[in-house]
Amino acid sequence: MKVILDKPQLNISLLRLAHQLLENIDDLAQVVFIGLQPRGIFVSNKIVEIIKQLSPKQKIQYGILDITFYRDDVRDELHTASKTDIPFTIEGKKVILIDDVLYTGRTIRAALDALQDFGRPQKVELCVLVDRRFNRELPIQPDYCGKAIDSIISQKVKVNWDKEEVVLY
Amino acid sequence: MQLSTKHLLGIKDLLPSDIALIVQTAQQFKEVLQRPIKKVPSLRDVTIVNLFYENSTRTRISFELAEKRLSADTINFTTSSSSVSKGETLLDTVNNILSMKVDMVVMRHSASGAPHFLAQHIPAAIINAGDGINEHPTQALLDAFSIQEKLGTLKGKKIVLVGDIMHSRVALSNIYLLKKMGAEVMVAGPPTLIPKYITEALDVKVEYNLKKALQWCDVANVLRIQLERQNQVLFSSLREYNLAYGVSKKLLDSLGKEIVIMHPGPINRGVEIDSDVADGNQSIILNQVENGVAVRMAVLYLLSGRGN
Repeated sequence: MKVILDKPQLNISLLRLAHQLLENIDDLAQVVFIGLQPRGIFVSNKIVEIIKQLSPKQKIQYGILDITFYRDDVRDELHTASKTDIPFTIEGKKVILIDDVLYTGRTIRAALDALQDFGRPQKVELCVLVDRRFNRELPIQPDYCGKAIDSIISQKVKVNWDKEEVVLY
Repeated sequence: MQLSTKHLLGIKDLLPSDIALIVQTAQQFKEVLQRPIKKVPSLRDVTIVNLFYENSTRTRISFELAEKRLSADTINFTTSSSSVSKGETLLDTVNNILSMKVDMVVMRHSASGAPHFLAQHIPAAIINAGDGINEHPTQALLDAFSIQEKLGTLKGKKIVLVGDIMHSRVALSNIYLLKKMGAEVMVAGPPTLIPKYITEALDVKVEYNLKKALQWCDVANVLRIQLERQNQVLFSSLREYNLAYGVSKKLLDSLGKEIVIMHPGPINRGVEIDSDVADGNQSIILNQVENGVAVRMAVLYLLSGRGN
């Protein structure tokens, strides 16, 4: 088992991602942050928390999205659905999707499909904590990335939120 | 994560964990139904036939909506407009439909056990939408979902089923389900409409006095008098039934506590339940109908992934 990001590095990466996101935002009122269930919301909770601290007077629109019913592998295995909560419109907004690990790209494909059912966003961007860059099965790339790593399919990447570290095993 | 069964023939065959999974999945589908586009692509490779050998409004529309919200292809079949009137057997009809590559069968039949018979002879997943006086599992599941939504849990809650227990498949499915989930169950109604030995067989309380039953309970699920299944006189008149066992506003007000009123539909207004109760603020009858779509989506979704 190899530690990719330890606790201080993880916090620096989250801080950097929040700043990078803010750098590219003109008007926070036109932006919505959406964390992907189940594990992406740990990252999105942290990033949205930092953004709130950095722009205390602004109202942040933050939702969570579960993509279980949009998966392309429902015939192989059923997954337990988690909660979706998007209590605002995404029509015409800039949507920032946040997930923990970008791997094959299939989750993001499903998320893009799911987003369509909530309206037509002006733009969608992708922010991930870890990018397993050589394992993609679809043409999807992150716009913001905490750390890009090279890994093989038999390996796993896990974000351990108790210890606040990212490991490869 | 999957159900312990390939078909949904009755609540009797389900484990408590199956029921919890269906209810939990239905909660997510209920959220889907609030979206601007109330549809997910999960079942777009699945074809479902709705075989209704008996009349239905709510259940058939609810299943059809659930199927469409899941992007499944659907075929509807009713006996009046089919070759059943020419004498085709149930098994022949279903085998012919399945040869056209249909994956799931939703069936209502006036004969108890008809879906169980089919399940032994065909490979497709079968969902029982009501069989005779046996079971109506999706109704019990949506009732449970609605109670849980209103009261937070089923465990330890007191539920009374009022009325025609003898001829009600809703009653039997509800009793199985509520017992499995740790609720206390009572049946109330005239002695002629309550099966003998029901306490011994199903471990439920029996009460012949409606007021006492309502005073005991948290939830009253009022059932329809099933005149079409009664081939003998079991009570003297509908008016007399209403006086003794009809749930009225006056009766509810005299209880000194607020209970939840449910009814699986169709309602006979002025017989088992009065209009001001059915439409009153203690009633969750229309919530039950709304939840029915989400619960049926959950059942179809969870049964669709098997056998491939």
